[in-house]
Amino acid sequence: MKRFVARRLGYALLSLCLLSLTIFLFVRVTGDPTVLLVEPGASRADIEALRADLGLDRSLVVQYATFVRDIVRGDFGRSFYYRTPVLELYLSRLPNSLLLAVAAMAFSLLIGIPSGILAAVRVNGWWDGAGKIFSLLGLSMPSFWVGLLLILFFSVYLGWLPSSGSGTVWHVLMPAFALGWYFAAAHMRLTRSSMLEVLGSEYVKLARLKGLPEALVIGKHAFKNALIPVLTLAGINLVLMVNVAVVVETVFAWPGVGRLLYEGIAFRDFPVVQATVLVGGSMIVVVNLVVDLLYAVIDPRIRYER
Amino acid sequence: MSDRPLLELDHLSTHYVTARGTRIVRAVDEVSLTLRAGETLGIVGESGSGKTTLALSILRLLPPAAHIVGGALRFDGEDLLAKSPAQMRHIRGKRIAMILQDPMASLNPLFTVGDQVAEPVRVHEGVGRRRAWSRARSLLADVRIPVPDQRLREFPHQMSGGMRQRIVGAIAISCEPRILIADEPTTSLDVTIQAQYLKLLRDLQREHGLALIFITHNLGIVARMCDTVAVMYAGRVIESGPVRRIFNAPAHPYTQALIESIPRLGAGPTRLTAIDGQPPDLAVLPAGCSFQPRCTRAIERCRHEAPPAIEVAPGHPARCWLADQSKR
Repeated sequence: MKRFVARRLGYALLSLCLLSLTIFLFVRVTGDPTVLLVEPGASRADIEALRADLGLDRSLVVQYATFVRDIVRGDFGRSFYYRTPVLELYLSRLPNSLLLAVAAMAFSLLIGIPSGILAAVRVNGWWDGAGKIFSLLGLSMPSFWVGLLLILFFSVYLGWLPSSGSGTVWHVLMPAFALGWYFAAAHMRLTRSSMLEVLGSEYVKLARLKGLPEALVIGKHAFKNALIPVLTLAGINLVLMVNVAVVVETVFAWPGVGRLLYEGIAFRDFPVVQATVLVGGSMIVVVNLVVDLLYAVIDPRIRYER
Repeated sequence: MSDRPLLELDHLSTHYVTARGTRIVRAVDEVSLTLRAGETLGIVGESGSGKTTLALSILRLLPPAAHIVGGALRFDGEDLLAKSPAQMRHIRGKRIAMILQDPMASLNPLFTVGDQVAEPVRVHEGVGRRRAWSRARSLLADVRIPVPDQRLREFPHQMSGGMRQRIVGAIAISCEPRILIADEPTTSLDVTIQAQYLKLLRDLQREHGLALIFITHNLGIVARMCDTVAVMYAGRVIESGPVRRIFNAPAHPYTQALIESIPRLGAGPTRLTAIDGQPPDLAVLPAGCSFQPRCTRAIERCRHEAPPAIEVAPGHPARCWLADQSKR
C-alpha cells in the first residue's frame, strides 16, 4: 500500500510538472503581451522598459525557473493587466465558479437521476428511447451553442431571463443549464446502467419475493445501491465543472474562473493564464489521486495489481 | 391432513421467447406436480434443467422474456394464473415464500438486518416499526441466531455466510407462509453448516407446518429431507413419486443413472459412474425423448416419439417407453 501511494503521488507530481511546462511554453506562443499593455505610439524604449519590468527580457530557462520557484513558495505572480496578485484574482472569482458549478450539478442530477431510473425500469421502452436521444444530444451539443440558443429564446424572444452577468437567481439559470446539460446526459447514462445492474441483483429479487410493492423495490432497495457510482462520478464532475466552464462563462459573461482564463488569454496576461490552468489542473489531479487511493482502500485487488 | 393438495401444477409450461421470437426455450414443459400441506417435495435435476424457472413460475416472478404459456396452477384451491399482479404480491412472501441460492447476495448491503427481516411483516400485516422489529427479534431467535438484539442492528457484511442464510430463512418464514420454496439453499455453504441449515429447515417445517419444495442437485439431501421427489430433465419432469420408491425402484434410465452416480462410502474401490454427453439445448430439443441421445437403453421408438407420463405404480409416473415394460 505504501509503495502504491508513493507511486501515485509521483505520477501526480509528474503530471503537474508537465502541465506547468506546457502552459508556460504555450502561453508564450500567443505573442508579446507588452504591445497590448502600452499606449498606442509608445516608443521602443518604453516597450523594452515594460518588458524588463515584467521579467520577459530574460531567457526562457530563467523565466521558467523563477516561475517554478515562486509557485513552490506559493506565489503565482502578479497579473500584467490588473497589477494585482493572481492568486487574489483567482480566489475572488472562485465563489462565482463554485456557485455556477453547484447549480449546474443540481440541475444535472435532478434531470439525470430520475430519467436514468425511468429508462432502466422501462428498459427498451418509450422512456428508454427518449432517454437515449436526450443523452446523445446532451453529449454531442456543444455548451456554447446551447447557451446561445438559450439566450436567443429566453432573453431575446421571450425577454424572461437576463442574457449576461450575475447577481440574482435569474442570472444563474441559463448558464447552469448550459453547463449542466452535458453532465445531465452523463449522469443519466450512468444511473441507467448502474440501476440495470442493481435490478438484476439477488437482493432485488428477494425484495420482490417478499411481496413488496414495486415502488418500494425500486425506490428503496434498488435506488440506494444504484446511486453510489453516480455520486462518485458527480463528485469528480463538480471539480471538472469549475474548470471547464470557460466557454459557458464567456457566453454569459459570468464572472468566474473560466472567464478569468478567457480574459487572461485575450490580454496575453501570462501569469493569469498560467495560474488558472495550473490551479485547475491541480484540482483535477488531486481529485483523481484521492479517488484512486480510495478505490485502493476499498478494493484490495487494485493495490496488488499495479 | 386434508386430501386436497395445497399446490397443484397441471401441465404447466413456461417458455422463454428471444427478442425476435426466433428461439423458443422450453424451460418448463408440461410439468404436473402436487404438494400437500406439511409435505416436502424435492425437485432434482442438472443445472439448466428448468428447476429454478419452475419455482419462479409458481410465484409468477419470471424474467421479462419468460412466459407461462399453458397449463394450470392452483394454490389452496385458488387459480394463481388468474390473479392480478397486486393479488400475486399479497401471496408472495406471505403465503408462499422462497429462499434464493446465494445468501451472500440476497441481502441488501445497505440496510440493517432488522430492517430487512421486519420488512415483509410491515408490508403484509401493516404492523408498525416497533412491533415489526420485536417480531424480527423472535424470528432471528427462531432461526437460532445468538444475541438477536445486537444482530438486528448490524449490516449483512458483518455476518458469516451461514448466518446470512439463516437470516434469509427468517425472512422467508416471517409471515407464516404455507409453502416455502428453497432453491439450492445450501450449495454455497460448507458441509457442516449445510447439515445445520437442513436441520433448521426441518425444525421450522415442523414448528410452522410448512410445505417445503426443495430444489437441489444433491440426491443425498433429497433422500434425507423429502417425502416425494420429481426428477427434471430438459424442462420436463421425467419421473416423480415417493422418495423411497424412486430410490429403490427408479423406472427412468436417467434417474437410474443419477442414483448410480452418487459416490458411496464403504462400497469398496468402485469407479464413479457418470452420464455421458451433455444435457440438450432447450431451444433445439432432439426428436422423440429428450434424453434419448444420452440413453444407453434407447430403442427405435425413443428416437421418434416422446414418451407420455406412464404410471409405473400409483403415484409414480415416468416418461419412458421402457417404464411399463420393465415393470411387467
